[in-house]
Amino acid sequence: MQVQAVTANRLEDGFVVYLTPAGHWSERLADCALTDEAAAPALLARAVAEVTTARVVGPYLITVEVENGEIRPLGQRERLRTRGPSVRLDLGYQAQES
Amino acid sequence: MYRYDEFDQTFVNERVAQFREQVARRLSGELSEDEFRPLRLMNGLYLQLHAYMLRVAIPYGVLSSRQLRQLAMIARRYDRGYGHFTTRQNIQFNWPKLADVPDILADLAEVEMHTIQTSGNSIRNVTADALAGVARDEIADPRIYAEIIRQWSTLHPEFSFLPRKFKIAVTGAAHDRAVIRAHDIGLRLHRNDEGEVGFEVLVGGGQGRTPILAETIRGFLPEQHLLSYLEAILRVYNQLGRRDNLFKARVKILVREVGAGAFAEMVEAEWQEIRVGALALPDDEVRRIADYFAPPTYRALDDGGSALAAALAAEPAFARWHKSNVTAHKRPGYAIATISLKPHGGIPGDATAAEMETVAELADRYSFGEIRVTHKQNLVLADVAQDDLHALWRALDEAGLATANAGLVSDIIACPGLDYCNLANARSIPVAQRIAERFRDPAREQAIGGVTVNISGCINACGHHHVANIGILGVDKKGKEYYQVTLGGAADENAAIGSIIGPAFDEEQIVGAVETVLDVYLAERRPDERFIDTYRRVGPRPFKEKLYAAA
Repeated sequence: MQVQAVTANRLEDGFVVYLTPAGHWSERLADCALTDEAAAPALLARAVAEVTTARVVGPYLITVEVENGEIRPLGQRERLRTRGPSVRLDLGYQAQES
Repeated sequence: MYRYDEFDQTFVNERVAQFREQVARRLSGELSEDEFRPLRLMNGLYLQLHAYMLRVAIPYGVLSSRQLRQLAMIARRYDRGYGHFTTRQNIQFNWPKLADVPDILADLAEVEMHTIQTSGNSIRNVTADALAGVARDEIADPRIYAEIIRQWSTLHPEFSFLPRKFKIAVTGAAHDRAVIRAHDIGLRLHRNDEGEVGFEVLVGGGQGRTPILAETIRGFLPEQHLLSYLEAILRVYNQLGRRDNLFKARVKILVREVGAGAFAEMVEAEWQEIRVGALALPDDEVRRIADYFAPPTYRALDDGGSALAAALAAEPAFARWHKSNVTAHKRPGYAIATISLKPHGGIPGDATAAEMETVAELADRYSFGEIRVTHKQNLVLADVAQDDLHALWRALDEAGLATANAGLVSDIIACPGLDYCNLANARSIPVAQRIAERFRDPAREQAIGGVTVNISGCINACGHHHVANIGILGVDKKGKEYYQVTLGGAADENAAIGSIIGPAFDEEQIVGAVETVLDVYLAERRPDERFIDTYRRVGPRPFKEKLYAAA
């Protein structure tokens, strides 16, 4: 069974954000609300309904894997979105980690 | 260069003010994203993977030092201290905040720049030979006509909702440095038997998922008919271009479906209706625009001064740079210097704010305060006295801008790819970096000689891989990046679309594959043959055999 989460870009700066269980949006994938495939459409629908008040753009579902409590997105595109450009480690969220 | 008149300036200022209000309405929640998206795209503002991206038009790639300094200021104040020069002679900023964009546009307007015609289904910012006005093989200056096309296209009410984007490129030289056959319309200035200047008109070129080279629909179009003829082409396209399928909406598909001959007939019929009228270009108007591109006040100099010869003999590194990055100028005693934005291991086309300021300063000191942006994502100082070349090189070297690789393996065109782009399937930049690193040895790189290596991170082909001698296309296979290699493409007057050589390589294999291709070339080549010459002579077979020998 696939585990999914909802992501979007923030209106103000276009930064990547993830929907949390409390219905907020976080810069950290670790904060995201996880859902199974059956419940995913409802979670996305909730996010889409709230884009104006939440000030986010274009929510969509991504598939993630959870291993030892760590959430990782599948696919290079979503992995890069969680971090920033692989060719500029000083930019994007990855810059805050080092 | 062209300077805004009151009309241009008012128009741009008004567009900035209008977008400021539109952004305010978006930020207040009054406009939804669906409502706002077309408005932001009309102002060159995209939403990419990690942030917004703002694309700034640089008409036909010509910048003043003042404009380049302003771009540096914008990079520093509103962005992350750098910008990315594109294959369409534009610049992109990768991290602007939405609320700052109106201020950025106001700062651009201050130096006669804007972001109009850098997105959407419009006539895009017109491109031209980056060596316009200075190339030795030039017949007529394409900037004059590119500027006339800019003025005609920017406020054209009829062509604001075309089936798809529309790109026009102009060259005035025998050697095509503007890739005109890969454009919706390519214009080549030449002289007829009577010695009059006119255009060969080519239509229906483009890259993307369906690469097609433009076909000539008129061998000679007299200068005064330029706009009426372009208008006739656009009318036929606007009327008949497909709007049901995004992937079949470019004019190349229409031209291919009806045939270039039939397309030409439709254009000619339309043109007969409008050729005499308001669109005819009066000679004095052409001369008025031409005055903006009058040559700078060159000094009376001779070719090959003794100072240059001595410096070339004394410093091998300077001699290497001179060999690859300096091109003959049409004026005696002058030279054209290419500033490579492809340091080995760097990001193709990126320039920091400090680098932009250095180039602006050097342009003021050595090249009449003007800079060109090339479609190969490099910069050019077009009017350098040959005796200043050594001092220029020293200054560039100090700033890390003296990479001696123009036209060589590591002068790679690369799109932003999956590191930045929302459309990409695979990364381009890391592959470009690793190939360039592999050929870091200058002796080896110069021994290989002229070759084009271009990389696109998806089939939209912004990295021009179809028209590269060695093209690389990034594809996604089940979440893993693979790279497909095409050979035999060319972007010049002998343009060709490359052919896929075989199965794709993974991220680990791709650099070795490029090296293998070049090894086969070195083994097969005859004296004075460039890579493309050898490939055309021997065909794909020896390359294919070596690449897939182990499999």
